[in-house]
Amino acid sequence: MGVKLLLDKAHIEGIRTYEVYRQNGGYASVEKALKMTPEAIVEEVKKSGLRGRGGAGFPTGMKWSFIAKPEGVPRHLVCNADESEPGTFKDRYLMEFIPHLLIEGLIVSSFALGSSATYIYIRGEYAWIPDILEQAIAEAKANGWLGKNILNTGFDCEIYVQRGAGAYICGEETALIESLEGKRGNPRIKPPFPAVKGVWDRPTVVNNVETLAAVVPVINMGGEEYAKIGVGRSTGTKLISACGNINKPGVFEIDMTISVEEFIYSDEYCGGIANGKRLKACIPGGSSVPILPANLLLKTAKGETRYMNYESLSDGGFATGSMMGSGGFIVLDEDQCVVKNTYTLARFYRHESCGQCSPCREGTGWMEKILKKIDSGKGTREDIDLLWDIQRKIEGNTICPLGDAAAWPVAAAIRHFRDEFEWHVDHPEECLRRNYGLAHYADEREVLA
Amino acid sequence: MAFSEERLKKVSEIVARYPEGKQKSALIPVLHLAQEQFGWLSAATMDYVASLLSLEPIEVYEVATFYSMFNLKPVGKYMFEVCQTGPCMINGSDDIIAYIGEKLGIKPGETTSDGMFTLKAVECLGACGYAPMMQLGKFYREHLTREKVDAIIAECRSNAAANN
Repeated sequence: MGVKLLLDKAHIEGIRTYEVYRQNGGYASVEKALKMTPEAIVEEVKKSGLRGRGGAGFPTGMKWSFIAKPEGVPRHLVCNADESEPGTFKDRYLMEFIPHLLIEGLIVSSFALGSSATYIYIRGEYAWIPDILEQAIAEAKANGWLGKNILNTGFDCEIYVQRGAGAYICGEETALIESLEGKRGNPRIKPPFPAVKGVWDRPTVVNNVETLAAVVPVINMGGEEYAKIGVGRSTGTKLISACGNINKPGVFEIDMTISVEEFIYSDEYCGGIANGKRLKACIPGGSSVPILPANLLLKTAKGETRYMNYESLSDGGFATGSMMGSGGFIVLDEDQCVVKNTYTLARFYRHESCGQCSPCREGTGWMEKILKKIDSGKGTREDIDLLWDIQRKIEGNTICPLGDAAAWPVAAAIRHFRDEFEWHVDHPEECLRRNYGLAHYADEREVLA
Repeated sequence: MAFSEERLKKVSEIVARYPEGKQKSALIPVLHLAQEQFGWLSAATMDYVASLLSLEPIEVYEVATFYSMFNLKPVGKYMFEVCQTGPCMINGSDDIIAYIGEKLGIKPGETTSDGMFTLKAVECLGACGYAPMMQLGKFYREHLTREKVDAIIAECRSNAAANN
């Protein structure tokens, strides 16, 4: 059983309520932090090695230290709860089952950053969760953890919940800020970075739900102790949402020292591949990270065991590795078709492109059309090359990373499963009859009876 | 075309969350309120929202047309928004969408002639571990099977009958 810092109390009966949460040590980090200086809190977060849990993995303490502090200009903390990367549903779990943990982390982080008005921007489809969060906020306020002059420190803080309305792009921090200002979610050109000019042109820090919740154990334990958990630059714990063809889909907290093989096959986590099938491929960090065939997923190209952490998952770069990303772990069994799966992801990115940059707006549409054509048995060999060419022309040529996020899954699918694309082209009749994937990529281990 | 007293009070509460003069930030929350009351966002509704927040109508139109949750034409009393992205697809969402379509006699994007049901195939709703799934009103319905779909349709029909 690995260390749990975020979900260790999530299963306690009634933990959603303030009383039970408080009885179980809740809000201790606020008591501790409000006796510290904001600078000292930022220092602890730096020492902890905590990295952004939304996907990019940027060091949180460093991000916080960039916030500008011009005289007389209010600063804001914005919590990114726009969780929309296919395969990712960890923040939803955290907010739904242990909402006070997020509120506690937000109070400490708001104090550290000097934010007296903090916003939680949550995807619109999670329509029932704002009620849960607002209840937690009201309870925290009734007990003196929010509002005016918190714990007699002179620090005032309010937390507001704002719903989006269906736009993946609003998970990108500058698009989120635009949306919070009541506009279309078109990402801004950086610089200026939000730390200098964010919401309403004020200095702003945008952090993911899980990142802000992790500030609670960082303060409670101290940064140095937190950094001892995990391995290398992958400190602390990470929430992984696992889905696809596995026996136990769900949200798991891991300490980043376990192997990918253990994560998939252990009963403590995914519980193995469903229906006695074999593992074919996996997208380990949300739909935009490269898909890997079983052999490269379980072992690196050098033949070493691959682990569930930032460094090991990206070992080999995009040629033979992938990324930790948002922790959305999508498992495909031997019957799944990589072409069809890639087509649905390309359709997703076409739907979600904001349309601002032509390489992304036009390119995602072309990728979807070509993949649909190949998937339905009407493709040619030239289409595969064209697809490769288009994804290369999107990557790196857009204002925000959505273009890259759309290009990477297509690139990786062709890189690792080219003969499956070719099979579709060469067997049009079979393609029409059923979605056909090539099973020879599957893991060779004996299927357990 | 007007909000109830209760909704107008809610609008003032929302506007008070932002700095003075930044009431445009309330636009998306207020459009949600409008859609709750009127079912969809007509041009007249959007103009009304613009007047509430002292915005130009175009500022409201450009936002309403950007976000996929805003209905720009009338929809059925019950909207089945079934996720069709990768993780749901590999767990059989195509079959669920086809089955609902067959049961209701409509294609994705259409509404039944009695105005009761709309079927939509949508992109990832963040419930990948509980696939296949759909959004129905405020909540998610997860681990869908044909039997569950039958039960949900029956539940909607009986709720509609009870409310008439």
